Amino acid sequence: MSYLARRLLTFPLVMLGVSILVFVAIRLVPGDAITAMLGTEAGLLTPAQRAALSAYFGIDKPILVQYWSWLLGVLQGDLGISVIHGKPALTIILERFPLTLQLALMSMCVALLVGLPAGVFAATRNEKISDLAVRIFAMIGQSTPNFVVGLLIIYALSAGFGILPTMGEFTPFLTDPLRNLGQMILPAITLGFAFAASVTRISRSAMLDVLSDDYVRTARSKGVPKRSVIWRHALPNALIPVVTLSGVEFGYLLGGAVLVEQIYALPGLGRLVLEAILQRDYALVQGCVLFIAFNFMVVNLLVDLAYVTLDPRIRLGESN
Amino acid sequence: MGRHLSTKFLSVLALAVTIGATAIASPASAASLKMAWKQDATGLDPHKQTAFSSIRLLELIYEPLVRLNKDLQIVPAVAASWEFAPDAKQLTFKLNPNAKFQDGKPVTAADVKASFERLLDEKTAAAARANFLSIASIETPDQTTVVFKLSQPDVPLLTAMASINAAIVPAAEIAAGTIGTKALGSGPFKLDKWEPNSKETLSANKDWAGGKVAIDGIDISVLPDETAILAALRTKQVDFALINDPLVATLVPKEPSLVLNRTPVLAYHVLQMNPSRKPMDVLAVRQAISCAIDRKDVLDTASVGEGKVTGPLTMPGYTSDASTLFCYKQDIAKAKKLMADAGFANGFTATVIAANGEPATAAAEAQVLQSQLAEIGVKLNIKMMELNVYVDAWLKGDFDMAVALNGGRADPYSMYNRYWTKTGNLQKVTNYIDDTLDSLMQKGRVETDPAKRKVIFADFEKHLAEVSPWVWLYTSYSYTAQQKNVQGFVPTPEGSLFGLSKVTLQ
Repeated sequence: MSYLARRLLTFPLVMLGVSILVFVAIRLVPGDAITAMLGTEAGLLTPAQRAALSAYFGIDKPILVQYWSWLLGVLQGDLGISVIHGKPALTIILERFPLTLQLALMSMCVALLVGLPAGVFAATRNEKISDLAVRIFAMIGQSTPNFVVGLLIIYALSAGFGILPTMGEFTPFLTDPLRNLGQMILPAITLGFAFAASVTRISRSAMLDVLSDDYVRTARSKGVPKRSVIWRHALPNALIPVVTLSGVEFGYLLGGAVLVEQIYALPGLGRLVLEAILQRDYALVQGCVLFIAFNFMVVNLLVDLAYVTLDPRIRLGESN
Repeated sequence: MGRHLSTKFLSVLALAVTIGATAIASPASAASLKMAWKQDATGLDPHKQTAFSSIRLLELIYEPLVRLNKDLQIVPAVAASWEFAPDAKQLTFKLNPNAKFQDGKPVTAADVKASFERLLDEKTAAAARANFLSIASIETPDQTTVVFKLSQPDVPLLTAMASINAAIVPAAEIAAGTIGTKALGSGPFKLDKWEPNSKETLSANKDWAGGKVAIDGIDISVLPDETAILAALRTKQVDFALINDPLVATLVPKEPSLVLNRTPVLAYHVLQMNPSRKPMDVLAVRQAISCAIDRKDVLDTASVGEGKVTGPLTMPGYTSDASTLFCYKQDIAKAKKLMADAGFANGFTATVIAANGEPATAAAEAQVLQSQLAEIGVKLNIKMMELNVYVDAWLKGDFDMAVALNGGRADPYSMYNRYWTKTGNLQKVTNYIDDTLDSLMQKGRVETDPAKRKVIFADFEKHLAEVSPWVWLYTSYSYTAQQKNVQGFVPTPEGSLFGLSKVTLQ
């Protein structure tokens, strides 16, 4: 069986595991949809009122029965109905996903456009002042939480210049590209900042490794221009750890960037999950987590496939 | 090539930042009010929703029979007038003949009857039902008259009706089962669009019986971070906003283009003790804790002084001079003596629960209390919880002590019968039964003379502070911030946004 087919076959198993985990976990947390809706006023309910609300939220039946009926729905493409939104969970997730996908793509672009050249630059100037400067930048980038970066950007723009990107609603790129980019570039920079720092560090160390390899020395001794040695000979071989890092990071980003979405008030997947958890909107939490897990698996698979392209010596699925 | 690439890259980045920085929001509509709040409504059923954020939205769309004004006086809403029978066992309303639902149909006595029957039906699961249990029957002699017959005298009933939880909804919508999925009220605004946790679009109701609404509508954005709300106000992206965090609120007056509305509210910050757990079951221990706490210090440290030290009664007309209540001036010597008399000279250890960010000052309050109680040997462990987890523990009475922000009501009976009467629904939370408190509450319920009621509830407050099952700390403010061109907004002690119906944009 091909590697791809085998990998695809594991998908349903992983999804089943994730679904059980999230289904049980969200119900184990104290508090339920009733206390989420009514707060302390829930204490005023009579047993009959509580029963009516439990039936409304679909939490009146035993957990196994609830899980079974939900699973049957999932197998037919129905992730359940969100009680807060009054819409199918899948519809809401698909409405929010374009924003999250765009944010993930843009922050990855920021990270690679900044991190890769910076890492390569630092590696070629190993132990010089400029290398040190890049490393300090990377250290700051990695150790500064992104909500601090976000809040600083918002404060600096609004207090210093009296400007701010549109907050609260999302304009899709195809509807109004300028407005869309205006809205997304700062969150992408905020999110890409730490990501860029990681890329810088990893590409620097990978490049340092490769630059000391024999074939690079040979190329240099043959008189190949330095620029060509770095960008054509060394960089492609230094890319594998960068691809791994970017893949994992991108997978996380597809799950939504909760803090950045909160600060910039972007209605993305991260905020959707957070709100669904806080409001104990079970169908939505389960749907979101399943969707995020699926994305993560797809990204991981794509990363593995990318290895083959980058390094023809790698044969996926073979024992040697 | 390296230099070339980095120059190109920098240009792209610079362009991107420029686009980002220059794309300022364009207003959705010139005469619509752009508003922001941190927390969105959680549903549209006015009878079921009790969250502050939901009430704030629904009171723009729906109307009760009567409402409370800024001085907490009862004023007409759907009803034009009302009258209690001398024995307080019958309450008659005359409806405003001009009152219309947003689909143009008149609000009739049948709608009022159907609304209250829905509220009282246990299947509706309305938490507010507990306030209306004295309603024995509802009669509708004509289209505009509604008579509530009561099983016992119930003076606080009228105040309880001045709530959006007792909103009048169309009988036809009840029959169709669309309450909660479709918002159709008789209030000043119509809900055109709602995307939960993202935005709402409201338009002015031209047929509103309460008068002309000066703005075209309200566009509400949910901005979950209050510093971002302040930034949006600063850049004029938002005209009007709700602020919860006193620290953010204190920054508003520093902006020359903004105005802060600051209104004392009825809700109170309190340290709840659990008298069913040792040693809080001992009166002297509870009193010692009350004496050891410097309420003003809690207010100043946790809430930057934004509020006022309070006794149990927070509503104007009933508040007393807090300094006359038991141990409202910190007295460590007395507290230590009380502890020693109770056999706890060396103190004890207890856990206090508090909800993360609810209120914004919860953690700070718990920390100040922890350091103050350490002075009499009480070692307080702080347990911060997610709101829902906290509510679950709170409702079960599963705590030694709890830092809480509890809602207030305009009437002392409605505010406290749930906690301090023998049949109170939240007895499990207070774990405290006291004959004096119960009998004073019952007296207050049936007394129609306002002066006599005031005396009854003053006694109630004095006794409650003395037996100290809880330690009342302070009341804070509700905040709204607005641009200077927004005029005519009148805030209320309930934090209502109904005043937006009278707002103009200059």
